Amino acid sequence: MKRALWIIITGIIVAVLVVRTASGNMESPFAGIEGFGTWFAALLTLAIMSFLYDDNPLYRFAEHLFVGVSAAYWMVMGFWSTLVPNLLGKLWPSLTAQLFMPGLADTTHDPLWFMYFIPMAFGVLLLLRLFPKGGHLSRWALAFILGTTAGLRLIAFLTADFMGQIRSTLKSVAGLTPAVLPGGSPSFSFETMFWDLVAVIAIMAALCYFYFSKEHKGSFGAFSRIGIWVLMITFGAGFGYTVMGRIALLVGRIEFLLRDWLAVI
Amino acid sequence: MKRTIPLAITAIVGAVLVIAYFIPHPPFDGLREDFSIFFDIMATFAFILGGGNLIKMHGNRISRREEGWFFSLVTIVGFLLVLLVGLTKFGNPDGFRGSSVTASGSYFDHVYEYIFRPCGATMFALLAFYVASASFRAFRARNAEASILLLVAFIILLGRTFVGALLTSWLPDSLRFLTIPYLAEKIMVVLNFAGNRAIMIGIALGIVSTSLKVIIGIDRSYLGSD
Repeated sequence: MKRALWIIITGIIVAVLVVRTASGNMESPFAGIEGFGTWFAALLTLAIMSFLYDDNPLYRFAEHLFVGVSAAYWMVMGFWSTLVPNLLGKLWPSLTAQLFMPGLADTTHDPLWFMYFIPMAFGVLLLLRLFPKGGHLSRWALAFILGTTAGLRLIAFLTADFMGQIRSTLKSVAGLTPAVLPGGSPSFSFETMFWDLVAVIAIMAALCYFYFSKEHKGSFGAFSRIGIWVLMITFGAGFGYTVMGRIALLVGRIEFLLRDWLAVI
Repeated sequence: MKRTIPLAITAIVGAVLVIAYFIPHPPFDGLREDFSIFFDIMATFAFILGGGNLIKMHGNRISRREEGWFFSLVTIVGFLLVLLVGLTKFGNPDGFRGSSVTASGSYFDHVYEYIFRPCGATMFALLAFYVASASFRAFRARNAEASILLLVAFIILLGRTFVGALLTSWLPDSLRFLTIPYLAEKIMVVLNFAGNRAIMIGIALGIVSTSLKVIIGIDRSYLGSD
C-alpha cells in the first residue's frame, strides 16, 4: 500500500514536470549543458534532502558522487594552483611556461631553486604509503610535514595569538583604544570603558576555568564558574551563528529549486 | 632506523624554522616563507594520496562485490571523470594553455556549478534540521549552562533579523540597553569576544607546548606503534 502510494506521488510529480517543461514554463533538461546541469543539480539537491525522511539509495548515490567529485576537485585545484606554479614552475620554469602556463612571468631559475627538490622528494615518499612495502618511508614525509608545522606554528601562535591577544586586552583596559568619533578625534566614553572592563573580567574568568593546577574551590571556584558562563555565552553565540548560516544555505537551496529549476517564483 | 630518521627530520626542520625567526639575514630570512610553500606542495601530494586511497578502497569493494559496490562505482566514475576534465582542461573555452582551469564555461566549472556546489550546500543545509533537534535536546537538559547557551543563541538569532528590532521597538530610549539588537551586539562584541579570546590564548599555549614536544621528540605518536 505504502509502495503504491509512493509510485502514485512520484508519477504525479513526473507528470507535472513533463507538462511544465513541454509548455515552456521551465527549462528543458535537453536545452544545452546549462539546462541539463540545472536539472541534475536539482535532482541531486532533492536526493540529498530525501535523507531527512530516511537513508535511501538516492541519497547514497548523491553522497557517493559528491565524495568522488570533491576528492577530484581538490586534487585538480591543488595541481593547477600549487604543483604547477610552485613546484614545476620553480624546478623547470621554461618547460612549465611552454607546456602549462604561457603567462608565467619569470622563466629564470631562483638562486635557491634546487631547494624545491626537497618537497618533491618528500611528496613522492608520501605517495609510497599506497604500497605496503614502502609504508615506513612515508613516515619521513610525515616527519617533514610535522616538523614544518611545529616550527611555523610555534612562533606564529606565540606572537599572533598568545602575545597579540594579551596585548590587545591590556590596551583596552588601559583605555588606549577609546571610541573614535565620526570626525576622527579620539574620545573617552564611560560606556566603552565599562564594556572594556567587563570584557577583561570575562577573559580572566574564562582563563581561570582553564587553569587546572589549582582546585576550583572558594572564591577561585566562584570566579571560574563565571568563566563557564562566559564560555557558554560564546558557544551560544557560535551556535546562533551556525544556525543562521545553515538556514541561509537552506533558503538558498529552496530558492534554487523554486526559481532556477521550477521557475515558479 | 625506522624511527630515528623521522625523529631527526622533525627535530632538524622544526628547530631550524624556530631559529630562523630570530635571524633576519640570508639565508634564514626567507626560509619560513619557503617552507610554507613546501608545506602547500606536500599538502597537494597529500590530496593525491587521498585520491589514490579512495580508488584503492572503493576498487576493493567493487572487486569483492561487497554490499553497496554500485555506489563505490559511482564514486570512482565521478572521481575519474572530474580528474580527467580538470587535468586536461577539457572543454576550456581558450584551450589547454589559454586560461585557468576554473574559467567560466569550462567543463570543470560546470562540475563545480552543477555538482560540487549544490551537493555541498545541501549537505550543510541539512544540518539546520539536526541543529534544531540538538537545541531541543539541550533545552531538555534543564541546567543553567544549557539555558544560557540557548538564550544567547536565541537573542543572536533574533537580534540579527528585523524581528528582534520589532519586538523591542516600543522600549523608550532610556531602556535601550534592553532592546534585543543592543543585547545581541554587546554579546557578540564583548562577551563572545572575551570567550573567544580566552579560548585562543588556551589554544596558542596548547599548540606551543605540543610543537615543542614534537620538535624535541617527546611526542612520537605520529610514528605509529611498530
